[in-house]
Amino acid sequence: MLKTESYIEITPRSVMLNGQAITVQETGDKMLVELYRRYAGDYPKFFKMDTLSRLGWIAAEILLKQSAISNQISAIILANRSASIKNDTDYLATISDGNYYPSPALFVYTLPNIVTGEIAIRHQIQGETSFYILDHPEQLEPIILSTLNSKLSTILAGWCECSAKDEFYAKIQIWNN
Amino acid sequence: MVYCIGHSILSPLGIGSQANYDAVQAGRSGLKIYSDRFADVEPFCASLFDTPQEFVPLCIRSVEEAMENVQSDNVQCTKDNGQWIKDTVFVLSTTKGDHLELLRPAQAIAAHFGNPNPPIVVSNACTSGVCAQITAMRLLEAGLYKHAVVVGCDLQTRFIVSGFQSFKALSPEPCTPFQPDRKGLNLGEAAATIIYSSQPSAVRVQPYWTLEAGSIHNDANHISAPSRTGEGAYRCLMDVLEGCTPEQIRLIGVHGTATQYNDAMEQVAIERAGLQDVPKSMLKPYFGHTMGAAGVLETILCAMQIKESGVKSQESRLIKMLSGFGGVNAAIRLKTEC
Repeated sequence: MLKTESYIEITPRSVMLNGQAITVQETGDKMLVELYRRYAGDYPKFFKMDTLSRLGWIAAEILLKQSAISNQISAIILANRSASIKNDTDYLATISDGNYYPSPALFVYTLPNIVTGEIAIRHQIQGETSFYILDHPEQLEPIILSTLNSKLSTILAGWCECSAKDEFYAKIQIWNN
Repeated sequence: MVYCIGHSILSPLGIGSQANYDAVQAGRSGLKIYSDRFADVEPFCASLFDTPQEFVPLCIRSVEEAMENVQSDNVQCTKDNGQWIKDTVFVLSTTKGDHLELLRPAQAIAAHFGNPNPPIVVSNACTSGVCAQITAMRLLEAGLYKHAVVVGCDLQTRFIVSGFQSFKALSPEPCTPFQPDRKGLNLGEAAATIIYSSQPSAVRVQPYWTLEAGSIHNDANHISAPSRTGEGAYRCLMDVLEGCTPEQIRLIGVHGTATQYNDAMEQVAIERAGLQDVPKSMLKPYFGHTMGAAGVLETILCAMQIKESGVKSQESRLIKMLSGFGGVNAAIRLKTEC
């Protein structure tokens, strides 16, 4: 019953778009920057983002650019296992004992749903944005199913996980019913 | 639509929804100045538990309280029915969880009650407590579960307070939502639980309330500031007004953090939706901003306020709205019957 229109999968050393590999030279966070330069290049705010946001943002950028139904997206729903732990750790370093300079620029990224907001801003999607923390990507399916059941018919949804600067995994799809 | 069959609030103002409701009615506030709670952090005004609490035990206690007051004559909804917990999904609303861990505490809470289903954590910034109720409603409406235990909880830490201070978002004194001279928000701690069921009672017992509609919209404007036109919040209000008129809404539980931008944005959204004449409930001066708990705690207290002040046999509707970082806004519409 769940149908996906297209999907993108990103690991620290590979990118697959609808089953086709995209050639990349770099790995990890540098690969995300490489993808940004190739597919966008016009959005300097990308460099202010934490790795989780860069990952979700560039995945959405590539996916939505090739989709014929990207203008119908009415919800952005992402999930992962470890929330914003990579950026939480970076922020903690700014409030360590004897070196207390809390950074507002880092603090704002200590929420996992910020990536959904970054995608919404880029694509001017004023629909729903939601972020869930789950044990396994499969557990997102009932959530997507029940969201599609509630009048929202085209959804950008998937897994967006980043546990460290060069350790991440995204599989994001466009779902519709 | 889904039915609330039980709820609870644990906060510095009291244990149980009724104790918290009575405290608010009596004008008691949990807000105090703390000057040495966390190392290096400047003095701040917040509503904290006198004795620092542990996240998982606090949530468990909140769920137990809510189960104690389950009100339904439908045998399938009662905790004595062994099948009950198998048909239930646990939904945890939190922003920073148990010392930055979100999934493990949710699993621990569900496991404590012998719940076999994978718990869901909603982490949608300050809107999480309302979004968690919407998620629960959708799962029940899709027939995937029969009941949902929605728990909202956040405890204050050096991490959170230092971050909000760095943002210059905190008021040095008790907050004053929607007042022109408001100086910012106060943080707070609480755990609150709502149990929803897709199964109404038979005839004798009223649900506490019915959750009729919910909506989430992003401003698509800025990750840490609300839209000046209140676009996302306005769209949420218009969605939840579908099927009723502004005149049928007796109360709006606003977010009312008392930051300049949030309250101004909410006012714009409310006026655009034609709801400017509806009385507002603002609970942050009593509890502070309890983050992941806010949407759950404030929904319960707004529903109680309407119920206690209502006319016998009369149907009333209220809206609870929230907004948060990431540009996200959420609203739900409840129906109560006295």
